[in-house]
Amino acid sequence: MKRHFDGDLEDLRGRLLRMGSLCEEMVHYAVKVVVERDESYVGDVQAWERQVNAMHVEIDDVALRLIALHQPAAGDLRLIAAAIKINSDLERVGDQAVNIAETGVYLCKEPKIKLGDIPRMVEVAAGMLKDSLDAFARGDVALARDVIKRDDEEDRLKSQTFNELVHLMQRDASAIQRGMDIILIARNLERIADHATNVAEDVIFMVLGKDIRHTAGEIEAA
Amino acid sequence: MAVRGLRAGYAGGAPVLKGVNLDIREKTVTAIIGPSGCGKSTLIRCLNRMHEAIPGATADGEILFGGRNALELDPVVLRRAVGMVFQRPNPFPTMSIAQNVAAGLVLNGVHDRSVLAEAVEKSLRRAALWDEVKDKLDAPGVGLSGGQQQRLCIARALAVEPAVLLLDEPCSALDPIATGRIEELLLEIKETLTVVIVTHNMQQAARVSEYTVFMLMGEMVEYGLTRQMFTKPVDKRTEDYITGRFG
Repeated sequence: MKRHFDGDLEDLRGRLLRMGSLCEEMVHYAVKVVVERDESYVGDVQAWERQVNAMHVEIDDVALRLIALHQPAAGDLRLIAAAIKINSDLERVGDQAVNIAETGVYLCKEPKIKLGDIPRMVEVAAGMLKDSLDAFARGDVALARDVIKRDDEEDRLKSQTFNELVHLMQRDASAIQRGMDIILIARNLERIADHATNVAEDVIFMVLGKDIRHTAGEIEAA
Repeated sequence: MAVRGLRAGYAGGAPVLKGVNLDIREKTVTAIIGPSGCGKSTLIRCLNRMHEAIPGATADGEILFGGRNALELDPVVLRRAVGMVFQRPNPFPTMSIAQNVAAGLVLNGVHDRSVLAEAVEKSLRRAALWDEVKDKLDAPGVGLSGGQQQRLCIARALAVEPAVLLLDEPCSALDPIATGRIEELLLEIKETLTVVIVTHNMQQAARVSEYTVFMLMGEMVEYGLTRQMFTKPVDKRTEDYITGRFG
């Protein structure tokens, strides 16, 4: 039996996916500022952040209304609970993208500096974000598990970038400010991967009712 | 209390319960939910043999209570230990509030006034009604509001100190405030006795019970912890019912 409530849940899911795709765009454009040294992208990133912030408030409002008016249970309840948490993670992704873009604007004005593993970090984080959202859209547990596994790769790349930049700064004091900025960007990308991991964990909870947060090594059992 | 292979029906009709097995845990609230006609009221009425009061009604199988099959006990003796509250409050119309509460004890041969007075107060307190009626114990029970009458019926059931209290949709005729009082009361009394409640209101089942039974077409589909049933039911039919996809 198709319920009116199903339409409401679809609306919630659709809003979250639109917000997610905007966040993906923000990350892509923010990274262009750094990698292509083109600060013209920063305006779009900042404008989209305002949209993402508005969507963050709207989605919470919709979710609370659905809980208050429909007293959802079981799979419906898990979807709404996951949506509330994913909403917060996506809003934080948007913030990280703004941080990357604004740091990139400073770097555009300075001499070029080695980016370490930043390009590969971008690839991993953006891939994880995209796949976590696809997993949410399709309720795909296997894809969500795959996203979670990839977080280790992002952490490894971040450490490598840190080491590389620290060595560079030790050799060249004039690169300290820029080196610190690249480290901050690596940290921002690693956080985006963490948020994608959270989204993937929420997808597993939504589909299976299993809370696998803080249970490293038990992903396969989920 | 444990139910084993319980089958029940009505004269000339198809079986309503088709071999139900169920363990009811002591000193907990167990809610029975399911769509109309699933057999939940028949099940609860079998538990204290009220089902057999309907001409032509049949019941076989086992209802284990205190190590014996309740279906083979004297129904009157059984009902002293397994009390029941119905959908509509039904105070005895010719009796006062106090007489209503004491009725079961009087029927059981208790006539000592001080014993009865003590039992009336204790039962009304347990039913969270004492403060509202203590100054009018001699007023007719039917003069109370619907919610108060239902708590009076609960007090009447509690007066004989049953081990199990059965409630068949006890709040369906009550407003939300009166319903809230009954629910609070159930959460209080479960410390001392076993409560089984049939309800159409799934939020009520979620609020008051620790265990939930989902019935469908005379069979028990799922039984488990309420918190699990309402967040992660095992059977798809349970999920469909509690999310309103059928019923």
